[in-house]
Amino acid sequence: MLKVLVGAKRVIDAYAKVRLLPDNSGVDLSTVKMAMNPFCEIAVEEAVRLKEAGKASEVTVLTIGPKQASDVLRAALAMGADKAIHVHVEERIDRDILPLSIAQLFRALITRDNYNLVLLGKQSIDSDSNQVGQLLAGLLNWPQATFLNKLEIGQIIRATREIDGGLQTIEFPPPAVLTCDLRLNTPRFTAIPAIMKAKKKPLETLTPDKLGVDLTPGYQTLSVEPPDKRKAGIKVESVDQLLDKLRNEAKVI
Amino acid sequence: MLSKSTISIKRSVSSIINGNWNLTSEQLAIQETALRFSKSEIAPYANEWDEKGYFPRDVIKKSADLGFGGLYCRHEFGGIGCNRLEASLVFEALATGCVGTTAYMTVHNMCAWVIDHFGSVAQKKKWLPELFQFEKFASYCLTEPQSGSDAASLQTVAKVEGDYFILNGSKMFITGGDASDLYLVMCRTGPKEISCIAVESPTQGLSFGRRELKLGWNSHPTQLVSFDNVKVPKENLIGGMGTGFKIAMQALDGGRINISSCALGGAWFALAKAQEYMQERMQFGKKLVDHQYLRFKMAEALTKLTGSRIMVRHAAELLDNHNPARITMGPMAKLFSTDNCFDVANMALQMHGGYGVMRSYGVERAFRDLRILQIVEGTNEIMRLVIAREMFKDQDNQS
Repeated sequence: MLKVLVGAKRVIDAYAKVRLLPDNSGVDLSTVKMAMNPFCEIAVEEAVRLKEAGKASEVTVLTIGPKQASDVLRAALAMGADKAIHVHVEERIDRDILPLSIAQLFRALITRDNYNLVLLGKQSIDSDSNQVGQLLAGLLNWPQATFLNKLEIGQIIRATREIDGGLQTIEFPPPAVLTCDLRLNTPRFTAIPAIMKAKKKPLETLTPDKLGVDLTPGYQTLSVEPPDKRKAGIKVESVDQLLDKLRNEAKVI
Repeated sequence: MLSKSTISIKRSVSSIINGNWNLTSEQLAIQETALRFSKSEIAPYANEWDEKGYFPRDVIKKSADLGFGGLYCRHEFGGIGCNRLEASLVFEALATGCVGTTAYMTVHNMCAWVIDHFGSVAQKKKWLPELFQFEKFASYCLTEPQSGSDAASLQTVAKVEGDYFILNGSKMFITGGDASDLYLVMCRTGPKEISCIAVESPTQGLSFGRRELKLGWNSHPTQLVSFDNVKVPKENLIGGMGTGFKIAMQALDGGRINISSCALGGAWFALAKAQEYMQERMQFGKKLVDHQYLRFKMAEALTKLTGSRIMVRHAAELLDNHNPARITMGPMAKLFSTDNCFDVANMALQMHGGYGVMRSYGVERAFRDLRILQIVEGTNEIMRLVIAREMFKDQDNQS
C-alpha cells in the first residue's frame, strides 16, 4: 500500500495582477491574494483519488512557508488529505529558498516517516523552477515521472508524461517521485462539511533546523524585472521586406 | 541584497479588501470555496443571465454539492450546520459573482431554516433532504399587493375545513416566482392570528402572474402568487396556529444578515473592478490611480465596505450567540451595509466613466442589483423604525 506525501506551496493567486516592489527586489505580495499553487492542487487531488481508489493508505500534505501557509494545508485537508506538516520558515519562499533546499526538506521527512510515493506539482507559478521533483528523485535515488498527464497504479506505476514530442508512458515500481501537469485531473471544489472535518485532522509544525537542513541559498536573486513592454508593430510593403526583417532584424528564420 | 523588510506576507490591505483580515483558517477555507465556485460557475455567466432573465437552476443545484442548499440548518436531516457568520461569508463570496442569484439562494436557505427550526419531524423528513440538495426549490410568501412594510395587515386567508386549510389571497413580488416547488405562506387564520402554511407546487388553485420585468435581480423570476381556494392538508401548518408572525420575524432576522451579505459581495466586486480599471486607464498623462481625488474616492469606498462588513459580521455573531443586542444590531447592519454598499457600487460605476454604463463591464449590474437591497427584507425605513423603537422603548412605555 502506498504511503503518499504531497507538496503544496502557497503562492500568489493565479489570477492576481503581479506588481513589483519599487526596488525591483521581488514581487509585491503585500496587496495581493494568495492561494495554493494550481499544480500542487492537482497533485493533492490525485493523491486523494489514489486513497479513494484504495491504492494509498494515507495522504500527508507538506508545505514549507510562513505562518499563513497553514491555510494551504487546511485546504488540502478539506480536499481529503489525512494529515498535514508545516515546515515554518520566515524567508520568502518565492525567492529566497531554493529548490535544492526544498528537496532536502522533503528528503528529511521522507526518511523520518517512510513515504513511498511523492506527488508534487510540476512547478510553482511564482518561481517556475520546475526542479524540486527532479532534485528530490536524485537525492533519494528514486525513479521519477514528471509532467504527468495520466497515472495508473496497479502492480506497478504506469505514468504518462507530456513531452515535447507528444506523450511518453513509462513504468516502474514504487518508491517514486511524480510531478503533475495541468491535464492530469480537475481538482474538486471543497464542500463545507469537508472543510469542517479538516479542522480535526492533525497538523504538525516543524522548523528546518529540527530536520537538520541548512537553507542557505547557493545563489541570490539580484533583481526581478517586468517583461519588455509590447512594442508597436510596423507595416511592411512586400513579402521580400517581411522576409528580410524576419531574417535580419528579428533573427527568427 | 536579500531584504527581510520586504517579506510582507502578513495580513495587510489585500486582506482588508478581500474581507479576510481576521478570519480563522476554517472561515478562510469556507470563504475560499464559495469564492471559487462563484468565480468559475457564476461570474462568467452573470451578465448573460441578467440580460436574458435566465434562472440558472443547474448551477444552483450544483452548489448543493458544496452544501449551499442548507447552510445554517442542523445536521439532523442533512443540513450543513454553519453558523450565521459562516453563512454570511458564503453569501458574500457568491454575491461577488451575481447578487441576484445569491439573493434567491438566501431565500431558499431561509425557508429551509424555517422548516428546520419550527417544523415537525415529519415535515423535516418530508421536505428538508430535497431542499438541501436543491432538488426542490423554496420561496417565501409574506408581502401582498396591499401589505409590504405593514406586514401584519396581510389579507391572505387560510380557513380550516375538516382536515384541510383553504387558502385565498395573493402574494406579491415573490422571489423565485413559479420556479419553486414549495411555498411558505403567511396567512391569516384568525382576526389577530397569522400562521405559516407550506404549499406544494403544482396544486389546484395555485397560479402565478407574469414574470415581472425588473431593475435588477433578473437571474430569478419575481411573480405574483395567487391562491384561489387552494386546498392543503392541515399537516402543512408549520409551528402551530398563530405562530406565523413570530416565524416571519425570526426568519427575517436571519434574512437581513443574508441580504446584507449580498450587498457586501456586490460592493466588493464593484470596488475590485474599479481598482483594476484605475491601474489601466490613463488620462491627462497619468493613470487614474495617480490622481489624488480618485484615490480618495476609493479610500472612502473601502472604508464604507469595511465598516459594512464589520457591522454585518458582528450582527451575525450576535445572532449566533442569542445576544439581546441582536434585535437592534441586525437592522442597523442591514441599513448601514445596503446604503453604503450601494454608494460603493455607484462610485465604482462613476470611476469607470463611460465604460461604467456598458453592460459588458458588469459594474452597472452590481449597481442595479444593490439598489434593490435597500428595499427588500424590510425597507431601510422599517430598519429605522425598529432601531428607533428599541432606542426609545423606555420612554414609549412610560407615556
